[in-house]
Amino acid sequence: MRANLFITCLVDTFFPQVGESMVGVLERLGVDVRFPVEQTCCGQPAFNSGYRADARSVAERFVSVFGEALSQGEGEESYVVCPSGSCTAMVKVFYKELFHNEPRILEKLRRITDRTYEFSEFLVEVVGKTDVGARYDGVVTYHDSCHLLRELGVKDAPRELISSVKGLEFREMPLHDSCCGFGGTFSIKFPKVSVSMLDEKLDSITGTGADTVVSSDMGCLMNIGGAISRRGIPVKVMHLAELLANTGKG
Amino acid sequence: MNFERDSARAVGDKKLQSALINVTDRFRAARKRASDETPGWDDLRGRAREIKKHTIAHLDEYLLELERNVRKAGGRVHWARDAEEARNIIIDIARRNGVKSVVKSKSMATEEIGLNDGLEAAGIRAVETDLGEYIIQLAGEHPSHIIAPAIHKTRHDISELFAEKLGVPYMSEPQELTKVARERLRGEFLGAGMGVSGANFGVAETGTIVIVENEGNARLTTTVPPIHVALMGIEKLLPRFGDLSLFLPLLVRSATGQKTSTYISLITGPRRDADKDGPREFHLVLLDNGRSGILADRETRESLYCIRCGACLNNCPVYRKVGGHSYGWVYSGPIGTIINPQLMGIDRAPELPFASSLCGACRDVCPVKIDFPKVLLELRSKVVTRKEKTGQAAAIMEALSFRFWRAVVTHRRIYELALRLSRHAQRPWKRGGVLRSLPYPFSRWTDERDFPAVSETPFRERWRKIDRKGGPR
Ligand code: SF4
Repeated sequence: MRANLFITCLVDTFFPQVGESMVGVLERLGVDVRFPVEQTCCGQPAFNSGYRADARSVAERFVSVFGEALSQGEGEESYVVCPSGSCTAMVKVFYKELFHNEPRILEKLRRITDRTYEFSEFLVEVVGKTDVGARYDGVVTYHDSCHLLRELGVKDAPRELISSVKGLEFREMPLHDSCCGFGGTFSIKFPKVSVSMLDEKLDSITGTGADTVVSSDMGCLMNIGGAISRRGIPVKVMHLAELLANTGKG
Repeated sequence: MNFERDSARAVGDKKLQSALINVTDRFRAARKRASDETPGWDDLRGRAREIKKHTIAHLDEYLLELERNVRKAGGRVHWARDAEEARNIIIDIARRNGVKSVVKSKSMATEEIGLNDGLEAAGIRAVETDLGEYIIQLAGEHPSHIIAPAIHKTRHDISELFAEKLGVPYMSEPQELTKVARERLRGEFLGAGMGVSGANFGVAETGTIVIVENEGNARLTTTVPPIHVALMGIEKLLPRFGDLSLFLPLLVRSATGQKTSTYISLITGPRRDADKDGPREFHLVLLDNGRSGILADRETRESLYCIRCGACLNNCPVYRKVGGHSYGWVYSGPIGTIINPQLMGIDRAPELPFASSLCGACRDVCPVKIDFPKVLLELRSKVVTRKEKTGQAAAIMEALSFRFWRAVVTHRRIYELALRLSRHAQRPWKRGGVLRSLPYPFSRWTDERDFPAVSETPFRERWRKIDRKGGPR
């Protein structure tokens, strides 16, 4: 089984350790991991800001890069796997809007979207594992990424993965499915509103007494983590892949 | 309107914040319980959406059917293209009948056309009879929630308001306050020459107007005065009487979580000879005011499916922080972000489609499953297209930065170069692995949050090492 990493520009640029963790977990499970080097961004920033023409040309490039990657399967089952609910949703849900009157691209797109998975969903649904051999000594709470939860409908997979980690105690936070206030450019268009949403999220996190907050989107985590580090709140911020990469063996 | 300024103010208002959290929590919990207890809730929403979709697609035919049947029942039907026409129609009816004072039940459509001010200017007194609306009218404000207009006011605010405006002693018990309002309003009902209501639904098949409420004031508004005028947005239509058995529970459960509301009035024409009460004249004013423009747009047409239950407001994490007044016009919350720009003209509310984090919580609770993120994204692209045409400096700058970004991310080598350059460029701001302050506009992030630093070795460079190391892949 082959996984073509769709690493996302955010992980590539700011959080490469998340990508490495993902590679670590996938390889531990015997997945053949590839990284199509031509990839850059999926186009979501422009799409969400209303710049459809710009988004479209970036998206078209994505379709050709990953179409090409998937066609090199050599008889292997080949997939696209992404550490972000939001970017996965862009490809699986919103590309359809973007190309709605371009049947030629839609056809190519369908072949990609059928094989594209967010990381947690890929582990549980495709690889078929919830226990990936991870160990973590800590109390963990989970923030639902809005796009993973509501655009892709993935709620249980990350929880199953977290709960199977040895040594870990999972505590659900109240308002686990409320937006953290990130919303891409929303966070700088309306910073006061964004931070006020974030405040409530932080209260919700710290209220559980967890020492670690985990999510499936670096967008949310850079928002949550940005306030946690600014305010010196003693909670670790981690992508699910980082949590699962821990084996407790150094 | 200025969403950014008004929302920032709202966020800083402690009293408003606690009021908003209280009310939205209560409504959320009630809706959730009611929907969990209703078997097949999701299918019901799906069916309601289909019916609305069908109705809106055949709106012209159903409106004519409604008109015919209202007439058949002895009512009169008026068509209003815009707010002004609607106001004039209603003022005319009042004048022709020598009406000096009007009682009103809760109606967002009358807010939309600025009816109270219009009547006032024509020398006709208008009194709101819904308790929340009564409070708002006394305070000289506008509603901040579709179904709970005064939620931004605390009990203390209301006590003070009553003491000041009604000359009654300060009292803090809700029952006492309600009693005062009720006594005042009783006289108003008896003295009014005309009652004006909105309409939750209009049934084409029977020419029936449906009003849902809990206080009984709408029942009085529509039966005590000799004339009843109902103002209805043209999208409130349902084809068949039987559709109510689906839409009434959906509306009430989504709105307040009640199984059914205390009062449901079904009004078909004026009083008939055998009737003991009811108005001698019934007028239905059908309001377009921008709705046919929405109808013409396939991509955003579903905005017209809304039945104004308010669930999207209560479940919106943005509304919960900014309250209704930040949206600058009649409708607020998610439905306001999509419908205000379309009704007012997108140039008058260009911020609103952006006043959402696109989290989609609204879509999950909407009884007609409006796909908010899709509509918002559609409207955002319209705003951008319009802005680019204006040639304003800020618009050009933004467009250019996206053009630049596109040039970078569509060329791998330039993208990789940009990664290397930004690694260096960020040095002056980098402290302990993060950026603690950045120049405008990124300062809007770093004012209260650290921003991650661009990694010294981005993933693609690390990959080259991982890949070289070999191993099972
Ligand atoms: S958009 Fe949907 S949830 Fe919001 S008020 Fe209308 S019907 Fe209710």
